[in-house]
Amino acid sequence: MRYAALIYGNEATSVNMTEAEQAEEYNAYVAFQQLVEKSGALLGGEALLPTSSATTVRVREGKSLITDGPFAETKEQLGGFYLLNCENLDQAIEIASKIPGASKGSIEVRPIMEFN
Amino acid sequence: MEDQAKNQFQELIEEIFREEASRVLASLIGSFKKFELAEDVLQEAFLAALERWPLEGIPARPGAWLYTTARRKALDRLRRSSVLDRKQALLVTLAQVEQELESTPDALVEKEFEDFPDERLKLIFTCCHPALNQEAQVALTLHTLGGLTTEEIASAFLLSPTTMAQRLVRAKRKIREAGIPYAVPALDSLMERLDGVMAVLYLIFNAGYTATTGETLVRHELCAEAIRLGRVLVELLAKAGLRESPELLGLVALMLLHDARRSARQGEQGEMLILEEQDRTRWKRSQIAEGEALLERALAHRIPGPYQIQAAISALHCQAARAEDTDWFQIAMLYSELVRLTRSPVVRLNWAIAVAMATTPGRGLELLAALESDPNLQNYYLFHSARADLLRRSAQWEKARQSYHRALELSHNAVERAYLERRLAEIAAHQNLE
Repeated sequence: MRYAALIYGNEATSVNMTEAEQAEEYNAYVAFQQLVEKSGALLGGEALLPTSSATTVRVREGKSLITDGPFAETKEQLGGFYLLNCENLDQAIEIASKIPGASKGSIEVRPIMEFN
Repeated sequence: MEDQAKNQFQELIEEIFREEASRVLASLIGSFKKFELAEDVLQEAFLAALERWPLEGIPARPGAWLYTTARRKALDRLRRSSVLDRKQALLVTLAQVEQELESTPDALVEKEFEDFPDERLKLIFTCCHPALNQEAQVALTLHTLGGLTTEEIASAFLLSPTTMAQRLVRAKRKIREAGIPYAVPALDSLMERLDGVMAVLYLIFNAGYTATTGETLVRHELCAEAIRLGRVLVELLAKAGLRESPELLGLVALMLLHDARRSARQGEQGEMLILEEQDRTRWKRSQIAEGEALLERALAHRIPGPYQIQAAISALHCQAARAEDTDWFQIAMLYSELVRLTRSPVVRLNWAIAVAMATTPGRGLELLAALESDPNLQNYYLFHSARADLLRRSAQWEKARQSYHRALELSHNAVERAYLERRLAEIAAHQNLE
């Protein structure tokens, strides 16, 4: 099964990180990525720019409504995601628990809808 | 007369079905990887049994008969299902099963079922998977492993059958869509996952244990069901060659010891009796002995845990022939260990009561005063009822009256309320005398 692991965290703390802390986090993600690549489960993934760069688009009655900012203002924001190919939910949970962001924020694990 | 015999026969078939259903269901899910399909065809196999067993006699291996029949029905269904429904994975299963079924005579399939490893362990871990919410875990476990009908589970948890049916449907959908595996967890997470299973069993037990007369009978059956599932779990872990869990043994012991005293908690009019008022000859001695033996086996591992400690406390109560023989000193020590392990405010409350019983009510009241500001206890009826009891024991009638009143305000259970009102009447009598 394919899963998306959505990484939620508090952006404010990331912004205030020192350079050393940033390097540490970067290295943790590199190590994680190598680990998952080896397991063959990694299909892809990206980090996202902060929600301050987000634009939300809604179309109502044919009219586009464009607003500044993310869809919802919450304490934790979507900061990135991985696309994983796993045997089952247990494997997806195991991998998600190793994502560096899991120890500070939360990872939402969602199955991908398959059309076949 | 004929009707009566027929009814008895039907009851016998139902009983056999109840006994065999969970194992057959577990094997069917194992073969077809589809929860709903497995449930449907098992139900059809049961109907077939009701029709055929009265004519053909009860098969020598009823479980194997049900499995073979259900498997055949599942195959028919899969063949009939539209091409669109036949997902890739399903086609593999279909081809496999088809081939197997055609190349193996029924007798051999039956034999295979007998030799098949018991799949119920997988089913337990699937039903209690942490990705399901706990209410769903409880309902699924009772439904698939306990063989309780949706109506029975609904009535046990005071919900409408529709609500319970929806809960079960949602849970099964989550299992399918999220890819919750049908497997015993890997060794490194097994103990953690076992904790979740134990929590579900204890919840089922407590739902039955806290039930009072006037509520449905099914709730009391929950206690028996939780104990039965606990025993099955012990047996299945052993069969799978897995390490014995002292906490699991402790939990089964705890449930047995509590349950042994259950019926004595109510007087003839259904009124609530506290420990010292209970007729101890009504405690079930054989069940206490079984619980004590299990507890000893657990303690021999020398890895203590909350369930074992609670079982040990319950065992000490059971061992006292009269209330005044209770070894409150040791109970207080066990509670202080439990406080250290769980940090639960309710456990702290019980510890304070045990200390009061081991020493003086005044000492207990001092400990309760320290707990007074805990927000978890402020609106907990047992906190106020316990304080009232200690005040009553130290003849502080007015303060006791106030605390019983506060407890009464917080309790919504008719039997508890009747107990509190009885105490208030006693205090009023004392106050009139003075």
